[in-house]
Amino acid sequence: MTCGLTSLLGLAFLSALVFRVLQEGLPRLSGSFLTNFPSVLSPAKAGVKSALWGTVWVICITAAVSVPIGVAAAVYLEEYARDNRLTRFIRLNISNLAGVPSVVYGILGLVAFVRWCRFDRSVLSAALTLSLLIMPVIVIASREALAAVPSSIRQAAYALGATRWQTVRAHVLPAALPGIMTGMILALSRAIGEAAPLLVIGALTYVAFVPEGPFDAFVALPLQIYDWTDRPQRVFHELAASGIIVLLGILLSMNAIAIGVRAWHQRSKAW
Amino acid sequence: MQTHCVAPERLACFGNIRGAVMSGRLRIREQIIQAVLFACALVSIVTTGGIIVVLVSESIAFFRHVPVLDFVTGTHWAPLLEPRSFGVLPLVCGTFLVGGGALLLAVPVGLLTALFLSEYAPPGLRNVLKPVLEVLAGIPTVVYGYFALTFITPNVLQVIYPPTEVFNAASAAIVVGVMVIPTIASICDDAFRAVPRSLREGAFALSATRLEVSTRIVLPAAMSGVVAGTLLAFARAIGETMAVTLAAGLTPKMTLNPFVSIQTLTSYIVQVSLGDTPAGTIEYQSIFACGLTLFVITFTINVVAQRVLRRFREVYD
Repeated sequence: MTCGLTSLLGLAFLSALVFRVLQEGLPRLSGSFLTNFPSVLSPAKAGVKSALWGTVWVICITAAVSVPIGVAAAVYLEEYARDNRLTRFIRLNISNLAGVPSVVYGILGLVAFVRWCRFDRSVLSAALTLSLLIMPVIVIASREALAAVPSSIRQAAYALGATRWQTVRAHVLPAALPGIMTGMILALSRAIGEAAPLLVIGALTYVAFVPEGPFDAFVALPLQIYDWTDRPQRVFHELAASGIIVLLGILLSMNAIAIGVRAWHQRSKAW
Repeated sequence: MQTHCVAPERLACFGNIRGAVMSGRLRIREQIIQAVLFACALVSIVTTGGIIVVLVSESIAFFRHVPVLDFVTGTHWAPLLEPRSFGVLPLVCGTFLVGGGALLLAVPVGLLTALFLSEYAPPGLRNVLKPVLEVLAGIPTVVYGYFALTFITPNVLQVIYPPTEVFNAASAAIVVGVMVIPTIASICDDAFRAVPRSLREGAFALSATRLEVSTRIVLPAAMSGVVAGTLLAFARAIGETMAVTLAAGLTPKMTLNPFVSIQTLTSYIVQVSLGDTPAGTIEYQSIFACGLTLFVITFTINVVAQRVLRRFREVYD
């Protein structure tokens, strides 16, 4: 009985949070909230246009960088690597990287991308930093998906004379694709909500333009929410709540896609 | 039945056949692909190497100005005001105050939730509760920060205990605690479900009640899982940044009072990053020393947790 009640505690907290955010944020949420730039002077007309586009830019580049590299690393570890000391070290290292605080990745990005590569506080610096941050998640999820593909599929391909890469590309990867995609979506939704590493690489919190290329400055949704929450006036807290609704809406739809992919996978699974 | 898969090029006895079947160009292509995949796997090692090189090299520059001993044992942190003082203990104290407070909430709730899920809940309820718990882990931390600052402090803490400051460690500890409940609950749930049925049935046969089975059989048998889950949750709580920056304040203090403003390692790093501190100054270098401290603490906890976790996995397999 007590156990059941405590497990409802999380649910109660979640409902309180969602209720509070909706109550504060809904009145300001309108079409113009999505198409207006943030404004300190007239908060009544402020919006999240620059933050929304900044997030889209950052996430697209993050996905383009982290997904191919992460999946390739997983393919190597599951399909190619011999069980030697180096392989075990790489595996251990990846699970350790998954536990490194995001703010530490921010410090790495600040030195490696902002200073050494001179990308400045741009979309590209942010996307590369977030790519490193979510890479372990993608590798771990993709490895699980690849390991779940039965080895009879590989043996059948080899028996027909396929090379290792032909087998992986034409049979193993397609079979593991739903699992990989689920992991990818979950990893990217983590990247969308991250603010700490972006603050550390020096991303701006007030930007009134839409980035036009990877080397432009930007602001992202969680940064905009942070900036509004950090201001003492109540009107900015309401704006923050509206921004949170937009952010949670994006995350919710991404999770819905992930659930859909999983359901589709379970129906079409051939073995 | 051979379960492990062996690719043709690895079978020595097929060496000659392979040479005949696979053309030279095909073999080179295969080797190039393998090399590219290997390079991708190495990115993780480069990342770890990069983190260590960056943190250590910039920290060395910092420790040229501030003796290591003063940094590690100093109890006064005033990096931005003269006279400057770089004793990291107030930040570590604030970090552990929030992390410990979070565990105070998350361990009982996470543990009881996991017990309920694995021992009591019917499968239907279980399938609903688990995803809801996962949602708690998926909400961006800046949202938790907003909730702590604009709801928990004014509408809960200041109502119960009016002297609570606007920025306080308690509100941060509460939201960070909720944030790490799923970590503890899912690792404990896995550990409880790994306990063999026969142990439970043996106890039931001796007329033990469900509660006795849970607390005297399942819990002790899965203790290492509980410990590992708690450690991982603690590491996550210590590294938490946005909720703590928004809700716990920016006042480094050696205190265990959760109702006053404090500062953590993570929120100090963010505070300096937000100001336009030029590279090369001592304030700028101090964030690397703090980052290194944070990295060493969380890394140690994670390694220990994974050791414990691996041991519990081996017990009943």
